[in-house]
Amino acid sequence: MSGIPHDHYEPKTNGEKWLNSRLPIVGLLYDTLMIPTPKNLNWMWIWGIVLTFCLALQIVTGIVLVMHYTPHVDLAFASIEHIMRNVNGGYMLRYIHMNGASLFFVAVYIHIFRGLFYGSYKAPREITWIIGMLIYLMMMGTAFMGYVLPWGQMSFWGATVITGLFGAIPFVGEAIQTWLLGGPAVDNATLNRFFSLHYLLPFVIAALVIVHIWAFHTTGNNNPTGVEVRRTSKADAEKDTLPFWPYFVIKDLFALAVILVVFWAIVGYMPNYLGHPDNYIEANPLVTPAHIVPEWYFLPFYAILRAFTGEVWVVQFVSFITGGIVDAKFFGVIAMFGAILAMALAPWLDTSTVRSGKYRPMFKWWFYLLIIDFFALMWLGAMPAEEPYATFSLIASAYWFAYFFVILPILGVIEKPLPQPETIEEDFNAHYGKADADATPAE
Amino acid sequence: MSHAEDHEGTRRDFLYYVAGGAGVVATGAAVWPLINQMNPSADVQALSSIRVDVSGVEPGTQLTVKWLGKPVFVRHRTGAEIQEAQEQDAEGVDALPDPLARNFNLNADAPATDANRVMPSPEGEAPGAWIVQMGVCTHLGCVPLGDAGDFGGWFCPCHGSHYDLAGRIRKGPAPENLPVPPAEWTDASTIKLG
Repeated sequence: MSGIPHDHYEPKTNGEKWLNSRLPIVGLLYDTLMIPTPKNLNWMWIWGIVLTFCLALQIVTGIVLVMHYTPHVDLAFASIEHIMRNVNGGYMLRYIHMNGASLFFVAVYIHIFRGLFYGSYKAPREITWIIGMLIYLMMMGTAFMGYVLPWGQMSFWGATVITGLFGAIPFVGEAIQTWLLGGPAVDNATLNRFFSLHYLLPFVIAALVIVHIWAFHTTGNNNPTGVEVRRTSKADAEKDTLPFWPYFVIKDLFALAVILVVFWAIVGYMPNYLGHPDNYIEANPLVTPAHIVPEWYFLPFYAILRAFTGEVWVVQFVSFITGGIVDAKFFGVIAMFGAILAMALAPWLDTSTVRSGKYRPMFKWWFYLLIIDFFALMWLGAMPAEEPYATFSLIASAYWFAYFFVILPILGVIEKPLPQPETIEEDFNAHYGKADADATPAE
Repeated sequence: MSHAEDHEGTRRDFLYYVAGGAGVVATGAAVWPLINQMNPSADVQALSSIRVDVSGVEPGTQLTVKWLGKPVFVRHRTGAEIQEAQEQDAEGVDALPDPLARNFNLNADAPATDANRVMPSPEGEAPGAWIVQMGVCTHLGCVPLGDAGDFGGWFCPCHGSHYDLAGRIRKGPAPENLPVPPAEWTDASTIKLG
C-alpha cells in the first residue's frame, strides 16, 4: 500500500499460502502494522491513536448504555436517572461516555492544529486532510445528537437553537427544519431520530477512519520537518523510518496511558465539571434556561455564529447586495460553517512550499495567534451575548477568517523560509546524536 | 466497451438512455419514502386548534400556553403599556429592523404598527389591551422572557434579542418580529388559537 519501499508479507506455511491466495487479509494487516514511519515523529503524533481509542471507547460504552436507555420524551430523562442510580455500574459507564466525548474533542483539536502547524494538509496529503475534516463534522453531529438524548433543559434548548440554524436558510429553511424535527418543534419525533442517528454515525466515522488511515498510508506520514522519507531505495527509506510496530505502537500506548490517568481522574473525581447543571432539569418547552451554552467543544464556532449580528457592516453590506436574502441570521450560519470550511480549504489557501512551521519564521507567529484566537473564541462563546464580548467575538472571528483567506496565501509569497534538513535522518541525528552503524534505536 | 463508444448505434443509445432514465426514476421512487418519513406524521400534522380562557389574565400579566408544541404569549397590557407602545410606534415602521406586522390574521404586507400587531379588543376594553404572539424568538427559537429587555417588552436570553411592547424586534440578531398566530375571540374571555 505504501509508496515507501519496505518488506511485504510473504506467506510461509501452507495454511498461510492457502488463505493468502483466497483473501490476502494477513498481508493487509501486516503491511498496515509494519508501515515505515518517520523516526523523528514527536509527541504531537500520538493523537491518532488516542482518537482511535476514543472512538472504540464511545462505541463500546454507547452500546451498553442503549441497553438501559429509553428514547421517549416522557421516559428518556427518567431512564438516564435509572442508569445513574439503578443499573450496575451505570453511573460509571455514563460518566465515561460523557467525558469520553470531551477527550475525543481534546484529541481531535490537538490533532487538527498539529496538522495545521506541520503542514500535514499539504500535497500530497489533501485527501487525508479532507477525510479528517469530514470525520470532524460527523463527530460534531454525533456529539450534538448525543447531548439531546438525556432530554434535559440544555438538551432540548440546544436542539432548538441548532436545528433553528437550518431554518435560517432562505426560502426552504422552514421546510427543512420541520423535516429535521418531524414537527413544528423539538418533540418525540426529534428525540427518536436523533437516537437512531447517534447510534449510526459512529460506524460511519469508523469507516471514514479506515479511509483516513488508508490515505496517509499511501502517502506516508508527515513528520516534524515536513521533509519526505527518501524513496530512492529500501536502504535509504530505512535510514529515515522505523516500522510502526513495535516502535510507535509502544510510544503511542505510553502516551495514551498518561492521558488516561488524567481522564480517569476527571471521570472519577469531577465527572460533571465539563457538563452543565441545567441538563439535570427535565426538558420544558415553555421555559428557556437563562443562559444557553453549548458543550465546550462547540464554543469557538458558536462564538462565530453569534458574532455577526445585524449591526455589523459586513452583514449589512451582504444583506444589501443580496436583496435581503442573506439576513443576519443566515449570515451567522454561513460564517459558522465557513469557519470549518476554511480549515478544509487550507491545502489550497496555503501558498508556501515549505510544509513544517518549524522553518517558517513569520508563519509561526500567526499560527500561535490562531491558537490564542481559538481559545479566545471558546471563552467568548461561553459569555453572554452583550458588550464587550460581542465586539471581541467579532474581532476574534475576523482573525479566524483572515488567517486562512489572507495570511496563509500571502505568507507563502513574502516569507523567506529557514533552511530545512536534507533528510529525516539528518534531523534525527541532530537531535539524538548519530546512532552507530548498527541501528539500535532503543538506547 | 467498444460497443458503448460506438456512437453510430442510435438504437443502442436509445436503450441506454431509457434504461438509465428508468434507473434514476426507480432510485428516486425508492429514496423518497425514506426521506418523507421524516416529515411530520399525521398525528403531529392534525392542525390543532385550542381555546384559551383568558378571564384570569389581569392587566400587566401574561399567560403562556402551548400550541403546536410551541409557547404562545397572551399579554394583557395596562393603560400605561398601551400608551408606551403607541409612543414607540411614533418613530414609524421604517425605522424598525422588520417593518412588517407578521400577523397571520392580516395581509402579509401589513406594516408593523402597534394597531396591526394587537388583538381587536373585546367590548369595554381600551384598544390594544390584548396582544397574542408566538413565544418563539425569530433568531434561533428560544423562548423570550417577558417584562425584560431595553424596550420594556421581551428579551431573548439566548443571543440577546430585544423586542418592544408590541413584540417587534428592536435590537439584537433576530431578523423578524414575533409572529402573531391565527387568533380570534370566541366570547369576551376566550381566545381561539388556530
